[in-house]
Amino acid sequence: MKHTFRQVFRSGKFVVGFSIFVAILLIVFIYPLIVPDPPLAIIAQGTFFEPGIYVNAYDSIGASKYTLNLEGAAAKRIASKLKAEDRLAMKDWLVAYGIAEADIDIENTEQLLDLWAKNYDSKAKVAGMTNAKRNYYVRLNTSLQGLLATEAAVIAAKNVETGALEEKGKIAQSEYVNVGQVANVRFLPLGTDNFGRDVLTELVAAARVSLQIGFVAGIIATLIGLTLGLLAGYIGGRVDDIIMFFTNLFTVIPSFVMLILISFSIGQEHRGAFTVAMVIGFTSWVWTTRAVRAQVISLRNRDHVNLSKLSGHSIVYIILNDILPYIASYVVMALILQISSGILAEAGLSILGLGPRTTDVPTLGLMMNWAMIYQAHILGKWWAYFPVLITIALITFSMNLMNTGLDQVFNPALRD
Amino acid sequence: MVKSKDVCLSGAGLTKVYGFGRTRTLAVDHVDFSFYEGEVVSIVGESGSGKTTLAKMLLGLTNVTEGEIYFQGEKRDISTQRKRREYWKNTQAIFQDPFSSYNIFNKIDTVLLDCINMRGGRGFSRERKFEMMTEACSFVNLKFEELTNKYPFELSGGQMQRLMIARVFLLKPKILLADEPTSMIDACSRATILDMLMQLRSEIGMTIIFITHDIGLAYYVSDSVYIMEHGKFVESGSADQVILHPKAAYTQRLINDVPKIYEEWDLSTV
Amino acid sequence: MDMGKTILEVNELTTRYITRFGESVYAVDHVSLKVEEGKSLGIAGESGCGKSTLALSLMGYYFPPLHYMSGAILIDGRNISGMNPDDVRKLILGKEIAYIPQAAMNALNPTQKVIRFIEDVIQVHDYGATKRDIYERARALFEKLGLPASVLEKYPVELSGGMKQRTVIAISVLLSPKVLIADEPSSALDVTSQKMVIKMFRQLMNDGLIGSLIFITHELPLLYNVTDDIMVMYAGQIVERANAKAAVFDPLHPYSKGLMGSIIVPEEGLRNVKLAAIPGVPPNLKNPPSGCRFAERCKYVTPECRVTTVNLREIEDGRTYRCIFSENELREAYQNG
Repeated sequence: MKHTFRQVFRSGKFVVGFSIFVAILLIVFIYPLIVPDPPLAIIAQGTFFEPGIYVNAYDSIGASKYTLNLEGAAAKRIASKLKAEDRLAMKDWLVAYGIAEADIDIENTEQLLDLWAKNYDSKAKVAGMTNAKRNYYVRLNTSLQGLLATEAAVIAAKNVETGALEEKGKIAQSEYVNVGQVANVRFLPLGTDNFGRDVLTELVAAARVSLQIGFVAGIIATLIGLTLGLLAGYIGGRVDDIIMFFTNLFTVIPSFVMLILISFSIGQEHRGAFTVAMVIGFTSWVWTTRAVRAQVISLRNRDHVNLSKLSGHSIVYIILNDILPYIASYVVMALILQISSGILAEAGLSILGLGPRTTDVPTLGLMMNWAMIYQAHILGKWWAYFPVLITIALITFSMNLMNTGLDQVFNPALRD
Repeated sequence: MVKSKDVCLSGAGLTKVYGFGRTRTLAVDHVDFSFYEGEVVSIVGESGSGKTTLAKMLLGLTNVTEGEIYFQGEKRDISTQRKRREYWKNTQAIFQDPFSSYNIFNKIDTVLLDCINMRGGRGFSRERKFEMMTEACSFVNLKFEELTNKYPFELSGGQMQRLMIARVFLLKPKILLADEPTSMIDACSRATILDMLMQLRSEIGMTIIFITHDIGLAYYVSDSVYIMEHGKFVESGSADQVILHPKAAYTQRLINDVPKIYEEWDLSTV
Repeated sequence: MDMGKTILEVNELTTRYITRFGESVYAVDHVSLKVEEGKSLGIAGESGCGKSTLALSLMGYYFPPLHYMSGAILIDGRNISGMNPDDVRKLILGKEIAYIPQAAMNALNPTQKVIRFIEDVIQVHDYGATKRDIYERARALFEKLGLPASVLEKYPVELSGGMKQRTVIAISVLLSPKVLIADEPSSALDVTSQKMVIKMFRQLMNDGLIGSLIFITHELPLLYNVTDDIMVMYAGQIVERANAKAAVFDPLHPYSKGLMGSIIVPEEGLRNVKLAAIPGVPPNLKNPPSGCRFAERCKYVTPECRVTTVNLREIEDGRTYRCIFSENELREAYQNG
């Protein structure tokens, strides 16, 4: 037994898969201890906030100010405010005015502003320009003037008695606050989703629920498959015929169709995560049964089984002592595959809207479903679905890798 | 060589059919035999002759399609687990491949303890059991102190097969079926195994049935020989009679095709 | 013994296996032998004594875990032991030395007709050969060896075990090798097919299709009937070499004595004769014992055996054995049991 473990952990593939899996498990269990927020709490007003650090604007006004004279700060500020369409419009005007197109680089904010300041004249007649367009350029010019302004921003508050605005303070362009000193800062590494929930917190909770679903489904499927396979394979005869009849019946009905029908008929209200796991487990035992049966049939005529019979052992004893240990490694591999396919099955079901009811817990599949319904993929809100995809892929990949590693250890023909 | 008159195991019209319809194959075809107590019998045949199927039927490991087996004059009844246990107290086997005869997850002690338990020794003290196992091992020239707590795969093929004999020594059955017991082990260890089997027979007076394809081995060890071809016995009789003066064409061919060292081996007959 | 032309000469060949844990197993330890043209040599011994490794080593084609250590292999005077593996494969294998490994008959590609395999084999050595020529060549050889030409157009699964084995042997002599090494070529076959295979080997030798034959098996009666000489190996070393008759009926080395004493054949007078048994198991070759390697299991062991290095001694006509006792001492010991 010890030897087997040592051999298993010498397999590179298994170790890589196992490390990824353990890392995922650790994150899933440790993250909620650090961030105890409820995963489904709606924190954002609005949909799909981008990933980033959110600093409370109100608190930052009150925070202590530090003056830092940093070069290029003004240019950066202007660059960040100057939208791409404005830059294009500026270029259009300049070209129409007679500046060579090759001289204009709209990415270079400083040069662009320089050219603009030198050449722009609101009265200049530019051929083919409508009045509306002309007015737009006037407005653009005004706002550019504002951008270039260097005065401090004034903070004003309403006087309670008179209702008039009174200056409370100024914020100069070179003043900074320390994020650490701002009372309210929220880091949203993966932004928010369509409901305004923190995607990362939700993802960790979803991974945990999906793993639970996978384990429950995998264990149910493996237990049913193992029991039926052992009975069919060892006892044979009529028992085998009956079990194989049902197994074949379940084989020819596509299990996913069955899964959809059962999930649908249970109804949204009664579909918790555990129910979905059970449904998946009860529809995916077929292959384990067939595989275990085939293994047992090849084992039951082995001499060591015959010898055990000759030693007067009962059927139960023989199955448990002379058959089960020989297929144990195989069953473990089947279990791993069943768990990973259970996770995938849940994802598939949920994308179709047949997953667990949406009010209790998130699952990886549900997150995909929500992202899809709110068109995250069309709107380019990658953070709502891409991390989910990666998580599903990592979990199943690590489990399949472990399985391949185990296969290489237990199947000498694949050893290199 | 002393042949007592008591029939130990006999069969009448014993038949085994596998499959049905077009795939129906007659593995064993209405064979009759009587094995006497204390006798060494060989059933010789090439692969596919049905000798292994016959052995399995005799052991009660596979169902008999037709015909009856008589054990010590009475019809054999192995319809329940209890009756099977009783029958297996009297009928034991040694299989061809020692490497697959052991459950690789069990220690050697388990194999021997099973035998003691089967002979009603479940309640014996630990010392008593240890003593019995030591005795059985020393009978086959193994040291139990060195084997205890070891797993079967730590032994060589010859040692494993000797341990099988130790098992039979503990069980003391009336009949031992040896299915090609020496075909997987080296010629030098073969002699040891055969010696031990013969010694065990004289010690506990059991009947040994060899199932083999090696006609030389059959001639060497047995009192009587049955030659099997396509599920039927084509010739039977005492070893000298069958091997030295074969009557059936099949027996003659079989003997002809085995390399000789004292006589000229006639290669022209194929 | 008439001195024919020496076709294979091996001098002090040593090869070893290197295990995954870096341990060395000296499976062939300073083996020297000579085989003359038209002669055959049988190699006998228990499993694990280095028979099959010797066969593999004789080809001069080494791949891990087997490694060449020292010594020379001369075929027709040409040393192949130091050659680069690619040259060995192209120039030596098949043409100079052909090797039939254990269970070779199961190595035929089940998805290809026999003739496709033959085309592959010939085209490696004779690039320009047309399919028509190859077919004619193969047909001629098969007919000469008593195999129906229809075998060429069959798939391996359509052939019986004996037929498959004979086909493999025929293919291995297509390029008329000077030395044919056959490792347990008949062990998995029933007696009748085995006899046909043996007959085929005899024909190969008589018709000069191969220069010499090295035949490896643990079935001594078979060796006695096939080869001129028998060499007994124990723990990677040669312990005795003699002509077949002397080796079987008058073995000198105690190990050979035990081996020959365990022969069982269905012949008059052999019934219930006490068989010789050799107790124990061969030594672990990771660290072989000093002195005589058989000492542990030998009936006639003396304290000296365990310390002195025992060399092969040669007595009349190329007969050799490895024991500290003289010929007469051994014979006397065997007389007294």
